[in-house]
Amino acid sequence: MSTITFPASGETFRQRATQEPAWVRRSLIGLALAFLTLFLFIPLISVFYEAFKKGVEVYFAAITDPDAVSAIKLTLIVAAIAVPLNLVFGVAAAWAIAKFEFRGKNLLITLIDLPFSVSPVVSGLIYVLVFGLQGWLGPWLAEHDMKIIFAVPGIVLATVFVTVPFIARELIPLMQAQGTEEEEAAVVLGASGWQTFYQITLPNIKWGLLYGAILCNARAMGEFGAVSVVSGHIRGSTNTMPLHVEILYNEYNFAAAFAVASLLALLALVTLALKTLIEFRNKQHQKSRGHE
Amino acid sequence: MNTFKQHSILPGFNLALGFTLLYLSLIVLIPLSAAFIRTAELTWPEFWSIVTTPRVVASYRLTFGASFAAACVNVVFGLLVAWVLVRYHFPGKKLVDALVDLPFALPTAVAGIALTALYAGNGWIGQFLEPLGIKVAFTPIGIFVALTFIGLPFVVRTVQPVLEDIESELEEAAATLGANRWQTFTRVIFPVIFPALMTGFALAFARAIGEYGSVIFIAGNMPMISEITPLLIVTKLEQYDYAGATALSVVMLVISFILLLIINLLQWWSRRRSTIT
Repeated sequence: MSTITFPASGETFRQRATQEPAWVRRSLIGLALAFLTLFLFIPLISVFYEAFKKGVEVYFAAITDPDAVSAIKLTLIVAAIAVPLNLVFGVAAAWAIAKFEFRGKNLLITLIDLPFSVSPVVSGLIYVLVFGLQGWLGPWLAEHDMKIIFAVPGIVLATVFVTVPFIARELIPLMQAQGTEEEEAAVVLGASGWQTFYQITLPNIKWGLLYGAILCNARAMGEFGAVSVVSGHIRGSTNTMPLHVEILYNEYNFAAAFAVASLLALLALVTLALKTLIEFRNKQHQKSRGHE
Repeated sequence: MNTFKQHSILPGFNLALGFTLLYLSLIVLIPLSAAFIRTAELTWPEFWSIVTTPRVVASYRLTFGASFAAACVNVVFGLLVAWVLVRYHFPGKKLVDALVDLPFALPTAVAGIALTALYAGNGWIGQFLEPLGIKVAFTPIGIFVALTFIGLPFVVRTVQPVLEDIESELEEAAATLGANRWQTFTRVIFPVIFPALMTGFALAFARAIGEYGSVIFIAGNMPMISEITPLLIVTKLEQYDYAGATALSVVMLVISFILLLIINLLQWWSRRRSTIT
């Protein structure tokens, strides 16, 4: 501390000089919490309130309805395909970008981030342009009796598109910060490429990988705009949970819509809890490393 | 090859980069190029007349106006929330900090129906606004509310780390030189966090422009009044007007790319600022 400390009253003087008066502090906290309550907490609570408003029986009837169950199944299937695909992509991209120096790297990073800045509706539309009946491959697909748009493969593709960046962008800065010394040592000691990856890199990045996968999964299960464009909204077959919520809502079946929505809200809360847990763990880890 | 990549003893570069490029091409680049190539089939006057009809122009005005207003609100309150979370202690702070990311994690359709239920005439919040003559649900104000919700985490999460990194010595120096708290904030702290604040604004704005799920429930979707551009794309698609939908999506894509460029520049500026201080 290079500040001048005054004897006896010094501590309180410094407190006052770099801190706001108590009333300012209290009103800022109050204002921030009021804003968050209005825009975050009340909407969140209202989802569960509306879901249970007509009673627990209506709630369970809504989420065990065959159409709801098939929507839940489809959502799980889509996420189970999209997340692993983007996991492999994220690891490959991060390996190339973080462990090697090559030209055009910044352009590549920008390209990976691209899907984040594309409107979900446009993300769906571009697949219609490629695979739809009017699209490039449409006539060929129709000839071979294959359906991508208004079918499950289209939903998977659109979901993969919107979730491409999640895992890669977690891993790239993490692996860049870790450097290449450990892997180089392993290679020099005779480890093969895969051995180096499994025994050196993977243990180092596993938490970042999990973090990215959780966020990727939340978006994959919750995506609405892109999926809505390619799905065709066929009940019981190409309806994901968010689309099912929309259908129920548009039929004025609010209790059922909010019941299915509450499952998605629960998923969001679990996602946030896991995310916070990993962040907390990383902080502890850094602290313990710093003390060594 | 030598000029393209620096030598390294680590294996797997060709495989990793090859797979990355193949995957990106198949999933992102080729489908995106489809929008541009299909639009190129139109002549320029055709394209121009599609993207400048009064209904489309009204949708731009609404989309950009509501997104801008929402991003502005998020700058003010995002800074406030980030400040409170970094500087002060209060009960439940960790929980609040974690919940700030809710709009990232909550599916947009869920946010859409929840906000609509709240702000409808008989909703928890709407019932207090209705007697005052303020209608939120099914009007452009509703769109603004939804976009504010969607953009909320961006400013908080870009400003928070910068605020955490500010050395307390800076503020102490300002105080010893006779600055009061407000002067210290406006002259010392604000210039440091300004680039991050702008980055957050741009991110929230860019997200809001493309937003669809949370808006369509609360908007009312009246042509010329409360119809956003992404919805217009869907409407055209449902009418099998592929040329129209594609032309509009190219406009949206070009705007997104420009915003992405601006965001990258802002982030670069922000990093430079924070390393200097």
